[in-house]
Amino acid sequence: MKHSRTAVSIVIATIVAGITVSAQAQELTGTLKKIKETGAITIGHRESSIPFSYLDDKQQPIGYAMDLCMKIVDAVKAELKLPALKVNLQPVTSANRIPLMQNGTIDMECGSTTNSVERQKQVAFGPTYFVINVTAAVKKTSGIKSLADLNGKAISTTSGTTSVPLLKAYEKTKHIDIKEIYGKDHAESFLLLAQDRTVAFVMDDILLAGQIANSGSPSDYAIIGESLRQEPYSMMLRKDDAPFKALIDKSVVAVMKSGEIEKIYAKWFQSPIAPKGVNLNFQMTPALKEAFANPNDKGV
Amino acid sequence: MNWGIFLRETPEGGTQYWEMIVSGLGWTLAVSAVAWVIAFVLGSLVGTLRTTPLPWLTRLGNAWVELFRNVPLLVQMFLWYFVVPEFIPPLKAWVIAADPAHAQFLSAVLCLGFFTSARIAEQVRAGIQSLPQGQRHAGMALGLTQPQVYRHILLPMAFRIIIPPLTSETMNLIKNSSIALTIGLAELTFRAREMGEYTFNFFEAFSAATIIYVIIAMTANRAMAVIERRTAVPGFIAGGAT
Repeated sequence: MKHSRTAVSIVIATIVAGITVSAQAQELTGTLKKIKETGAITIGHRESSIPFSYLDDKQQPIGYAMDLCMKIVDAVKAELKLPALKVNLQPVTSANRIPLMQNGTIDMECGSTTNSVERQKQVAFGPTYFVINVTAAVKKTSGIKSLADLNGKAISTTSGTTSVPLLKAYEKTKHIDIKEIYGKDHAESFLLLAQDRTVAFVMDDILLAGQIANSGSPSDYAIIGESLRQEPYSMMLRKDDAPFKALIDKSVVAVMKSGEIEKIYAKWFQSPIAPKGVNLNFQMTPALKEAFANPNDKGV
Repeated sequence: MNWGIFLRETPEGGTQYWEMIVSGLGWTLAVSAVAWVIAFVLGSLVGTLRTTPLPWLTRLGNAWVELFRNVPLLVQMFLWYFVVPEFIPPLKAWVIAADPAHAQFLSAVLCLGFFTSARIAEQVRAGIQSLPQGQRHAGMALGLTQPQVYRHILLPMAFRIIIPPLTSETMNLIKNSSIALTIGLAELTFRAREMGEYTFNFFEAFSAATIIYVIIAMTANRAMAVIERRTAVPGFIAGGAT
């Protein structure tokens, strides 16, 4: 009797194990299936989104977002038992990142991408790893202290960014008139400010801090306190890919809960970084502390 | 695919996406037209100078062509918009005070006009040099002055000969005008990109831009073909079949 009971439990255990194994095999869908089959994962990275994802002097992508994505790659290796997983790195721009995600060229994008409700119609996002304020950089000598002071003046901003519609909406609600000049990238928008062709550069605060830190005379510039909007940054992945998203969420949340995130934050935002050894000196904002304490993937 | 996107309102409010694309088209046409006039006038002048018997004029023309032909267009656009005003204080003052779109328009027109003028100059020179030397000598023998020889004998034939390459150049100019997006001029490609960024319907936005560019370029091509037929001299090479 005892023997048969043991036999029965062994049989049951085997069946259960078999079901679990086949269930796991079935679960392997979407991106994870693709990674398992090709033995490679392709990460989309930016070339000049300092300090999130950019090229160092050896043309290798590095940055805060890249460090977090490498944690995900480690998790993928463990999950799929693929220690020799190949990591392909594909540079992307703000214009092509979503199409390249949709057509399968990249499996995950690690850069400075705002998680917005509009974008969630086309792609999915991992947990928020940074929160920015859309605000303005000005020259200290200009005496501009608030966004309302920009009335009747010319400002520069980078074309194709969320700052543009935000600024237009702000002008409408406040009944003020601001002339926008568009730079093709952040460096050019900043150049317009540096040459006094505009009085302010409206952009994400961390990107402004990056431009100021890299300029010839960082002490000439200030970032105003007012904010047009807060936006969460997170890594982008394909839509309707629950297993891959679960894996990303799990590994990033683990980094946040263990406190490791603070070390990674300090490495990129409060220490000298490659290639020039500039220190951004960017304090963690209350909104970001909140995002680390209660990880979420809410868009704006 | 979501073609209805063109009827949606833009985040700027009060306008729809198709109107945004059309306003971009307006800038593209304006920049191309003004730049073409500059390019044609300067190109003809410089091209002619390069065939004159006066060595210093020839050298001046050569320098002009090499300068504008050897610097990438993207770099030239940057120079005209960001660097040139720094050296000319009154221009800088105007650039700061003026409507940003006007400053961008001026830079784009000068950049494209000068760049294309170098290429047209090269074609005009080739057109003049393709004529038999005898034509120039016959003109001189008749007692015409050097400018008269150019005005009545060489240039009328040379311009007819170069109509086909000039057509290509006109179409290039229209397509090159998209480079103006790098200095923030809200032309067609700029608007298509902007629409893509706002809606993430890049495919639709760039399809529209592509179709519009093809239509403009084809129109320019057909217009030049008509000019070529109308001005053809019977029996001469340019009077051949079209």
